[in-house]
Amino acid sequence: MKLDKGFADTKKTEVPAVASRAGANRRLAWLLALVAAGFLGFGFALVPLYNTFCHLTGFNGATGTAAAALTPVDRTRWVTVEFTGMVMPGLPWKFRPAQRRVRVHPGETAIARYYATNLGDRTFDGRAIMSVSPEVAATHFEKIECFCFHQEALEPGQTREFSVEFFVTPGLPKYVTTMTLSYAFFPSVERGDDRSQPRS
Amino acid sequence: MSSVSAYVNEHEHEHDHKPRGLARWLFTTNHKDIGILYMLFGVTFFLVGGLFAELIRAQLIHPANHVLTPELYNQAITLHGLVMVFAALMPVTAGFANYVIPLMIGAPDMALPRLNNWGFWLLPPAAVVLVFPGILQLFGVGNGPIDTGWTIYAPLSVRSGLGVDFAIFAIVLLGASSLMASINIIVTIFNMRAPGVTMMKLPLFAWSWLITAFLLIAVFPALIAGGLMLLTDRHFGTHFFSAAGGGDPVLWEHLFWFFGHPEVYILLLPTAGLLSHILSAFARKPIFGYRAQVYAYWTIGVLSVIVWAHHMFTSGMPIAGQLYFMYSTMAISIPVTVLFICWLGTIWRGALSFETPMLFALGYIGLFGIGGLTGLTLADAVADQQYHNSYYLVAHFHYTLFGGPIMGVMAAAYFYLPKITGHMYSERAGRWHFWLCIIGFNLTFIPQFLAGIAGAERRVVDYPIQFAGFHMASSIGAFILGAAQLLLVYNIVVAWRGRTEPASARVWEGAQGLEFTLPSPPPYHTFAERPAVV
Ligand SMILES: [Cu+2]
Repeated sequence: MKLDKGFADTKKTEVPAVASRAGANRRLAWLLALVAAGFLGFGFALVPLYNTFCHLTGFNGATGTAAAALTPVDRTRWVTVEFTGMVMPGLPWKFRPAQRRVRVHPGETAIARYYATNLGDRTFDGRAIMSVSPEVAATHFEKIECFCFHQEALEPGQTREFSVEFFVTPGLPKYVTTMTLSYAFFPSVERGDDRSQPRS
Repeated sequence: MSSVSAYVNEHEHEHDHKPRGLARWLFTTNHKDIGILYMLFGVTFFLVGGLFAELIRAQLIHPANHVLTPELYNQAITLHGLVMVFAALMPVTAGFANYVIPLMIGAPDMALPRLNNWGFWLLPPAAVVLVFPGILQLFGVGNGPIDTGWTIYAPLSVRSGLGVDFAIFAIVLLGASSLMASINIIVTIFNMRAPGVTMMKLPLFAWSWLITAFLLIAVFPALIAGGLMLLTDRHFGTHFFSAAGGGDPVLWEHLFWFFGHPEVYILLLPTAGLLSHILSAFARKPIFGYRAQVYAYWTIGVLSVIVWAHHMFTSGMPIAGQLYFMYSTMAISIPVTVLFICWLGTIWRGALSFETPMLFALGYIGLFGIGGLTGLTLADAVADQQYHNSYYLVAHFHYTLFGGPIMGVMAAAYFYLPKITGHMYSERAGRWHFWLCIIGFNLTFIPQFLAGIAGAERRVVDYPIQFAGFHMASSIGAFILGAAQLLLVYNIVVAWRGRTEPASARVWEGAQGLEFTLPSPPPYHTFAERPAVV
């Protein structure tokens, strides 16, 4: 009679002490449950990790915020910054950049303007979400002041001018000569939604 | 026939009585009962998921067709995916683990029998919760089951109807069930092996499930976390995934695919383990490259959690990210190739015979091979831009998920059916089942490869008229494939009713392993006193 390799000789043995085995089983099971709980925490921790990662790498076009431009200006080259704007469904606004593009030296502070008009019949709150492409430029785009830091409200028929004050850091790779700044205005989800820590 | 079976029989007859009726199945802590429950549940929902697929193909048989409304089409596509992954394949592989692993390693039961019972009985409520919005809709409440696609992408899933809430709840229940099963399997394999069954003598199926269980513990919680965040986005004003509040829809994709890619291996690995046993049995040769396969499982397990964003090449990723995810994804083909070589080495110059389990096992190698090779095209970040949203991708993942796990489960079902029921199935019907599967499956998905290369867009309820021929062929294939599954049901019934030839303990001439030293069907309690394996 030949069994599987390794299973050749089968004989009966004593059952190990059942109580101690049940205890060992329960301990290992709780340990594994703890590991699973740890991975649940990891799932939630991915949110701040991901945001940090995006800011460090410019992933998803997330840009930085600076208090003031302290960097020296690099007058040896020009960068063209282009502007676009759009409105997401649910917000009856017209939204457009005042200028198509500006030319700046890296390190030099500039201001760009946008116009928004509420075409709806009541007051609407909107929040602008911005991104920069190409991604490699996003980490080199710093905002000093931006309407995207706050929630904005428009009365029916009202038109307002919004501005963004920014500079491009001199560390921008030489091959990037043009970058595009894009704003999308979303209907604000909550009134009074105004965060001191801007994400974009 | 062996000392084990004789010994078990003589010892078991006085306490082999089991509770009768419904109570037996509700309260059972017996690993064989629970294994059977899992398998029956899985087969049932395999048929339900198949029904959704047939509805989809009925809609797509002609352009401008009106079998389903666009809303129903979206729901059918979503439920087909969710049901096949969570309610059909995962329960079936868990069923095999519960039934077979304790027998393979000489354990009297799973390590935590009561947890085992809870784990299974979470599944039926989860399935009900998933489809319940469909019933609510009949009474005019809500707009039906989840319709976002099985990936539940934000921002659509943040805005979509109450079907999403029910689906998230179902996923949390299914996750809890899978985690319980995984913990149980790991503890069983670590603590319950009979003396002499060392880790490197562990049958490959047990090894493959061990890695699967570790993967489940590592990745399912991330999906649960994502689901809970999605719920708070929908109802409590948070903005994890809604850009309007400063959240990021792409973050959902990361969370989902951090789970979703390893999930492919969670479905695949258990059947890869079973495949090695089945090929060895019908080639009448020992398994080739046992160690290489164990190391390949480990490598696949580790690599699978660091490659997820190859599903997101078209979401606007920096070049560096694309390169990393491209090369790491391609690296997975190395351990998978090791498995293929071991499978081919196992049957190389063997004394092959082609009973139904072997046919399905060989079909697995062929179809899953095509799935793997077409996956390499999609892993190429440049080529993926063209193929990602086309039917090419649909065909690819059906070759990996049907060609691999489902063919593997079929092979294992025919392999173990006589062992479990004690009676043979109809070999004739089995062969018909196999050939109709092969013809139906290829007829369904080869045209989808071609349509995808020609530019046919996936996920859409209708299509331009130039793809009519591809879709017609694909639908006919799907109807053949669907009808063929009735033969599986027929064969399960035939073996279950027990009017056919009784199965011997060994069942198959070349079958190896401790489970084939027990009579067919095995007694209710086995290895109450443990065998020593030297
Ligand atoms: Cu993947």
